Amino acid sequence: MDVSDKLVFPAQLHQTEDGGFLVTKLDDIINWARSNSLWPLIFGTSCCAIEMMSAADAKYDWSRFGFEVARASPRQADLIIVAGTIVMKMAPVLKRLYDQMPDPKYVIAMGACTISGGPFFYNTYSVVKGVDHVIPVDVYVPGCPPRPEALLHSMITLQEKIKHESYFGNRKKNEQ
Amino acid sequence: MSNEALQESIVQLFPSAEFDGTGEFLTVTISAAEFYPLMNTLSKDEAFQFNYLFCLTCIDWKTHLMMVYHLLSRTHRHNLVVKVKLSDCENPSIDSITSLWKTAEFHEREVFDLFGVHFNNHPDLRRLLLDENWDGFPLRKNYVDENMIAL
Amino acid sequence: MSLLGENYYTEEGEFVINIGPQHPSTHGVLHLKVWLDGETIKRVQPHLGYIHRSIEKMSESLSYRNFIYATSRMDYLSAHINNEACALTVEKGLQIEAPPRAQAIRILLAELTRLSSHLLWWGCTGLDLGAVTPFFYAFREREMILDIMEETCGARLTQNFMVPGGVMYDIHPNFQKRTKDILVQVKSKLGEYYNILTGNPIFEQRTKGVGYLSAEDAISFGCTGPIARASGVSCDVRKWFPYEGYDKLEFKEILLTDGDCYARYMLRMAEMSESISIIEQLIDNIPEGDIQTKTKQVLKLPKGEFYQRVETARGELGVFIVSDGAASPYRIKYRSPNFSNLSALETMAKGSKIGDLIAIMATMDLIVPDIDR
Repeated sequence: MDVSDKLVFPAQLHQTEDGGFLVTKLDDIINWARSNSLWPLIFGTSCCAIEMMSAADAKYDWSRFGFEVARASPRQADLIIVAGTIVMKMAPVLKRLYDQMPDPKYVIAMGACTISGGPFFYNTYSVVKGVDHVIPVDVYVPGCPPRPEALLHSMITLQEKIKHESYFGNRKKNEQ
Repeated sequence: MSNEALQESIVQLFPSAEFDGTGEFLTVTISAAEFYPLMNTLSKDEAFQFNYLFCLTCIDWKTHLMMVYHLLSRTHRHNLVVKVKLSDCENPSIDSITSLWKTAEFHEREVFDLFGVHFNNHPDLRRLLLDENWDGFPLRKNYVDENMIAL
Repeated sequence: MSLLGENYYTEEGEFVINIGPQHPSTHGVLHLKVWLDGETIKRVQPHLGYIHRSIEKMSESLSYRNFIYATSRMDYLSAHINNEACALTVEKGLQIEAPPRAQAIRILLAELTRLSSHLLWWGCTGLDLGAVTPFFYAFREREMILDIMEETCGARLTQNFMVPGGVMYDIHPNFQKRTKDILVQVKSKLGEYYNILTGNPIFEQRTKGVGYLSAEDAISFGCTGPIARASGVSCDVRKWFPYEGYDKLEFKEILLTDGDCYARYMLRMAEMSESISIIEQLIDNIPEGDIQTKTKQVLKLPKGEFYQRVETARGELGVFIVSDGAASPYRIKYRSPNFSNLSALETMAKGSKIGDLIAIMATMDLIVPDIDR
C-alpha cells in the first residue's frame, strides 16, 4: 500500500536514504565532532565585523564553544559568518570564497544588511538585498549590529542544527 | 586675509569672476576656460597660498552641473569656495587640477564615476567606486535603475 | 575578466599580487594591487568600491532627521562624532544652537568615542604585527566604555544619539560615576600598554623609519588627523575651527615631526591621554538645563549650501549639504578623512617590503566603509 496516495499537496513523502537506524549512533558522533569544532572564516565587511571581533575577545569569548581557530584562508574554514553589507562589486568575491570552502560548510548571515539589505534597502543602487541571493544561508541573526550575545546564540543554534543532520543521508545534498 | 581682501585681490587678476559672500565662505564663480589659471594662481601665489583642497564635488541642478571646490590655506588660515558651471550635461568636461593638489586624483575619479564629468589631463581617469562596466552615472538626478526600490 | 584579476608577471619582470578584499589585516574590504620586485614594492594601487552602499544617493530621499543614522555606519568607530557633524550642519542651516548641557554631553560622548576608537586601533595594530595579546587587553577597556554608552544611548556601536538641536535623551544617573571609574582604569592601564608594545624591540624595528610621509606631501594629499600631525602639520579642527565649546577647554594639539609609523603610533597614544584630560575637565561640570532646542517636527533648511567640519578619530570629517528648500537634502557630500588619507598610501609604501606595508596600513588606521560611503 502506497501511503503517498493518501497525502495531499503540500505534503511530500521522503524515502529514507541509505543508512537507516543502524548508523544513527555514527551520525551522533560525527555531528558532535563537527558542531563542537567549527572554524570560522575571518570575513567582515563593515560594522558587524566589530561586533564579531567583540564576540571573539575575552568578554564574550566564542572559543568556549569550539570556534577557537578563526582562519583567514577559506580552504581551512568550516563556517563563514557574513558580517556586513554585501554590495554588487563584492558579491562575486563572496561567491568565490564560498566555493573555495570544502564541504561541509555552513553560513551565518549576521546583521540586517545580510538578511535583506537592512537600512540600505530603499533607494540604493549598489547593495545586494540579502546575501541569500548569492549563497545559501543556514542561520540568520537580526540586529544592526547584533549584540555579541546574539551572535553566540546564533552559533549555538547552528550547532543544534548540525546535531540533527544525517551524515549518510546528506551525501546527495544539492549545492545551489 | 578677510573675505573682502580676497575678493579684491582675485577680481584684479580675473575681472570676469563673480562673488557671493552671503554664506560662511566666500564663493567665486568662474568660467571653465579661466578655471585652471585661477587655481594655479590660488595655489602658488604668496598672498593666497591655498595649499589644501579639502572638498571636491559636483551638484546636478538638472539644467547644468556645478563643480564645487573647497580650498583652505594652512599658512594664512583663510577659506575659499570655487564654483564652475558646466552647461553641457551630455559630455561635461573640465581641466584636472591633479598637478596642483595630489588629493584631487581620487576625488576627480569619484566625480567621474558618479556624475560622468570628464577631467582633461587626468593621469588615470577610470571608475573608482563602481564596477568597470557599470552603465550610467548614479548620482545624476535622471538616473534610472530597476534595482532601486523607491520608498 | 574578473575584477580581481590573477597574479601575473609584467614585461619588466615585476610580479603583481592582490592583497584583499578578504584579508585579515586590511581593516575592511580594501583591495590592493601591488607590483613587486622580489619583495620590494614598486607600486600600490588601491581598488575601492567593495562596500559602496550609495549613502549619498539614499540620503537624498530621507528627511533631515533620518539621514543621520546612515552616517553611524560610515566610520562606525567614531559613530557619535559622525552624527554630531550631521546634526551641527543641520543646526547651521536652521541657525539654531544646541543648549550648553547638550553641548557638554556631546563633547563627553565624542571624547569617549575617540578613546574607544584609539583603543581598538591599538589592539588591531598589535594583531596585525603579530602580537595577539594587545587585542584582548584593548577590548577589555573598550567593552567598559561601550557599556557606559549602552546605558545612556541604548546601543553599543551605532548609537544615533544626536539630533538636530541637541541630544535625544538625558544622560543616565550612573553616567558620571561610571565614566570616572573607567578613566581611573584606563589611566593606570596606559602605562602597561606602553610597556607591552611601545618599548618592544621587534615593534620598534618594524615601525621606526617605515612609511615616511613629509609635511608637504601630507598637505598636498589632503591628509588630516594623526597621519598629518605625525608629519608636523597642524590640522586639529578642534583648534583651527572650534565648535561646540571646545575653545573653552584646555587641551594640547600634539605634533611630531618624524612622519614614520612609530610617530603615528606615539601620537595616537598621546591623544588618548588628551582625550582623558578633556573628559576629566567636563565630567563634573556638566551645566544644567535643556537637552534639546525646540525645533519643528518637519525640518526644512533654507536654500543654500552649508558645510561643517569636525575632528573624528581619523581626521577631518566634512558634511556638505546643498538644500533647495525641501524637506530632504538636495545633495549631501561627505568629505571623509580616510578617503584622502588613503591616497597617501602609495607614497608611503614605495620602496618598502610587504611586511612594512602591513605596518603602514596598521598605523594609518583606515576604515574602508568611510572611504566608499
